[in-house]
Amino acid sequence: MGRRDFRPFLAPAEDFRSVNSNVGDPSEEQNVSSTLERPPRRTARLDQVVVRFAGDSGDGMQVTGDRFTTGSALFGNDLATLPNFPAEIRAPAGTLAGVSAFQVHIADHDITTPGDNPTVLVAMNPAALRANVGDLASGGTVILNSDAFDERALDKAGYASDPRSDGSMAAFAVYEVKMTSLTLEAVKPVGAKPRDAERSKNFFALGLISWLFSRPIEPTLAWIAERYAARPGVVEANTLAFKAGWNFGETAELFESAYEVPASKLDPGTYTNVTGNTALAWGLIAASVRSGLPLFLGSYPITPASDLLHELAKHKQFGVRTFQAEDEIAGAGAALGAAFGGSLAVTTTSGPGVDLKSETIGLAVSLELPLIVVDVQRGGPSTGLPTKTEQADLLHAMYGRHGEAPVPIIAAKTPAHCFEAAIEAARLAVTYRTPVFLLTDGYLANGSEPWRLPDVESLPVIQPDLAVAPNHVGPDGEEEFWPYLRDETTLARPWAVPGTAGLEHRIGGLEKSDGAGDVSYDPANHERMVRLRAAKIAGIAEAIPSLEVDDPDGAGLLMLGWGSTYGTIVAAARSLRAQGLRVARAHLMHLNPFPANLGEVLGRYAKVLIPEVNLGQLSRLVRAEYLIDAVSLTKVQGTPFKVSEIEEAAMLLLKEIEQ
Amino acid sequence: MTNVMSAPTTSRKDWATDQEVRWCPGCGDYSILAAMQFLLPELGVQRENTVFVSGIGCAARFPYYMNTYGMHSIHGRAPAIATGLAISRPDLDVWVVSGDGDALSIGGNHLLHALRRNVNITILMFNNQIYGLTKGQFSPTSEVGKITKSSPFGSLDRPFNPLSVAIGAEATFVARTHDMDRKHMMETFRRAHDHQGAAFVEIFQNCNVFNDGAFEHLTGRDQRAEMLIPLRHGEPIRFGADNQRGVVMGRDGTLELVDVASVGESALLIHDETRPDPGLAFLLSRLSGGVDRPTPIGVFRDVEVPDYGTLMASQLEEVRRRKGEGDLAALLRSGITWEVDGRSPTAAPGEG
Ligand code: SF4
Repeated sequence: MGRRDFRPFLAPAEDFRSVNSNVGDPSEEQNVSSTLERPPRRTARLDQVVVRFAGDSGDGMQVTGDRFTTGSALFGNDLATLPNFPAEIRAPAGTLAGVSAFQVHIADHDITTPGDNPTVLVAMNPAALRANVGDLASGGTVILNSDAFDERALDKAGYASDPRSDGSMAAFAVYEVKMTSLTLEAVKPVGAKPRDAERSKNFFALGLISWLFSRPIEPTLAWIAERYAARPGVVEANTLAFKAGWNFGETAELFESAYEVPASKLDPGTYTNVTGNTALAWGLIAASVRSGLPLFLGSYPITPASDLLHELAKHKQFGVRTFQAEDEIAGAGAALGAAFGGSLAVTTTSGPGVDLKSETIGLAVSLELPLIVVDVQRGGPSTGLPTKTEQADLLHAMYGRHGEAPVPIIAAKTPAHCFEAAIEAARLAVTYRTPVFLLTDGYLANGSEPWRLPDVESLPVIQPDLAVAPNHVGPDGEEEFWPYLRDETTLARPWAVPGTAGLEHRIGGLEKSDGAGDVSYDPANHERMVRLRAAKIAGIAEAIPSLEVDDPDGAGLLMLGWGSTYGTIVAAARSLRAQGLRVARAHLMHLNPFPANLGEVLGRYAKVLIPEVNLGQLSRLVRAEYLIDAVSLTKVQGTPFKVSEIEEAAMLLLKEIEQ
Repeated sequence: MTNVMSAPTTSRKDWATDQEVRWCPGCGDYSILAAMQFLLPELGVQRENTVFVSGIGCAARFPYYMNTYGMHSIHGRAPAIATGLAISRPDLDVWVVSGDGDALSIGGNHLLHALRRNVNITILMFNNQIYGLTKGQFSPTSEVGKITKSSPFGSLDRPFNPLSVAIGAEATFVARTHDMDRKHMMETFRRAHDHQGAAFVEIFQNCNVFNDGAFEHLTGRDQRAEMLIPLRHGEPIRFGADNQRGVVMGRDGTLELVDVASVGESALLIHDETRPDPGLAFLLSRLSGGVDRPTPIGVFRDVEVPDYGTLMASQLEEVRRRKGEGDLAALLRSGITWEVDGRSPTAAPGEG
């Protein structure tokens, strides 16, 4: 096999600037043919690569992908990841339904997506191959575990003929590696039963891919030693398998060259690699520290939000109270009770849980207490696609309550951005005494990216401004506390917590009189309160940043996004501009209220394209609010958009503008 | 509204609000409210540290009439909301006021879990065996065959016995009282308040509009002596105008009502609130088969078990002692980190 077979590595995943760039030094190619004996290691440079690990859900593909990602992050690459796993904990082995995959995009430059199509696919069995080979970039590379390709396995995967020999993979460079038997051989010294020994084969695959892409090995070996410290036999087996995979790459003359994706030129600073769920949990802790309010989480386990509960439960040294409630309703209820008591209160869930929390959120609107509601969106309706991503809860967050019950909505745009979004949600909740929706999704929650750590002292300070004294003088000259006497600027009511003498008061779901806060059925008062609550939320537009537009060359088309489409839209804009096309791009973090300048921004463009992983929810809001003919681009397959999908839609609109 | 900053002692009027009380005239809720307003000054507690949380229903208006902190929340959810408040603020006295529909129907799940977790809250359940606020439908404690607007041919539902439910959830304090006896209510509420952990008190309450006289056979002035069985810790369980009746453990493991004279005083069951096993308390809760048969009142069970909020607070303290006070900058660096110096990547290239 000549090195041309590896040209596909260079196929663009996202960025057309990279086409055929950085091909290895041609002198190396001569080396290949002139060196007959054991060739010295050669490395060719790549500017980016997209690797997808795929196997049975019991094969450890998420761990493998995660370790490769960490190795790459430590090496200094920019990266983005896309885990994709079945809802079942152990779907039937060897079937398409049981395939678990992890895609990682690594590059020597700034990237924003996990890549449309992998250029390298590692398939541990026929089902993993069949489920993923369709996504492989044309001319891509397949590395498969040939031990797993027996007749039964092929049958289970639904292959009528062996794809290795029937010509169906002619477009790819296919490498067959006996991963199972090589692993068994390598871990023999441990003396484990074959069934157990075989479990280390994902580390063999990791070792091989680590060699292929010149990843450092020490961090992985250290991680294995720490992760399995309680089981020395497992440490030894995984270490041996990993090294065997690495050595196989080094000595087997299957691959004539290893590759290197040089470090990316990131801004100076200290970096870590975070998933969206981790960043969000840390953001909540940061908001607690910066507000001086103790953090309280009321939650109920639900995919893909449970990791928020897990992460926060670890950090009790910050005074974080995590309460795993009997149900979603109690999770929200307990949080609201804690808010009444002066905690920074949070409830975390996914769509089905939001259904159940709606009554509590409505009560929080009426009580005007701070409450952060995190919705890690997943495919719906109902149980839907628990492990797959979707953005279809926007209108639910916006309107999913009875009565006029406005709630601010914030959406995070990348995994690391979840940190900042959590602090902003806390700021709005506390400042305006209101429940706030914070939307992320399965893609952000489980995806990861390198994050330059902020200086803790530079994080926003949140002022709880708790009420400490009476605020009104009654007709008899006595000082009183009026719980609904509002701040003139923010329209927020005072937050007086139990334990504060002299400010005893009663709140509840019944309509309150403006100011005094007594129960009131007066029609005019109700109208005033409905309008005051709406005006309070609308007024937040004054306290949030204007929408920034990325429009270097005066485009006629604006691509407007929200949430996790950010990376894909950015990549699409770059790609279009690289082709000489003019497009503008803007991304909404605040969805209710919208930034004050949104109407003016929209008015500047002949066409507005709104890509969303739903059936057009933001586009509906924008059309209703600003009466513009926004074009909606939608997709609901449980996966993010591909860059090419957005590009194509944009190109069509650009043509229309030209005409 | 008065502005009592930190009064050492209070009187009944300090605990009442200026809000007009809006229960139907003659409703049993009035006497429960009065008992509470008389009791709190005696307890020596402060208004600012006292919180009443309620759900929805007639009883749920209670917080509006107490000059303390209060929240009138959502139907059935008061135990959940009170849980969040009590475990985040162990310094507060948190009361939950609920009814039979609120606590046992729409909020049944929250009640069970607040009890099993032993959250430090005091739950008062006004049981009037009917839905009052929605104008008279049968409730989860109504007797079978109840004729109401939603059951014109008689209800088919078998009722809950509230105390059996609470004891089944292993509530650490379980008691019953009734709205016709202020002294008994005050004593029961005092015991419930003094209990550290979840306390559940059923109050027989007359809804004179939709279910008048539901407990008349038990709580009427002339009936009480023969029909209410007072439970007193450490004493033989007996009742009747001349204490002539009593309770013994039957041969088949159930409790039986007997004439003391026929079995002898030494055969009577001695009441022990503090038995860790809830079995006997459960049997006592089953003793009465309905509102026309002798029914125990008083404290059924009062056992010491660490409460949830205290356990949570000590866990936080323990972790703080082990790990030190939380450090945000250190948290952000707790994963794998690497430095980028801006000139060249610092990470070593892959070795081969
Ligand atoms: S309906 Fe019944 S329970 Fe409700 S206030 Fe009237 S009498 Fe009391």
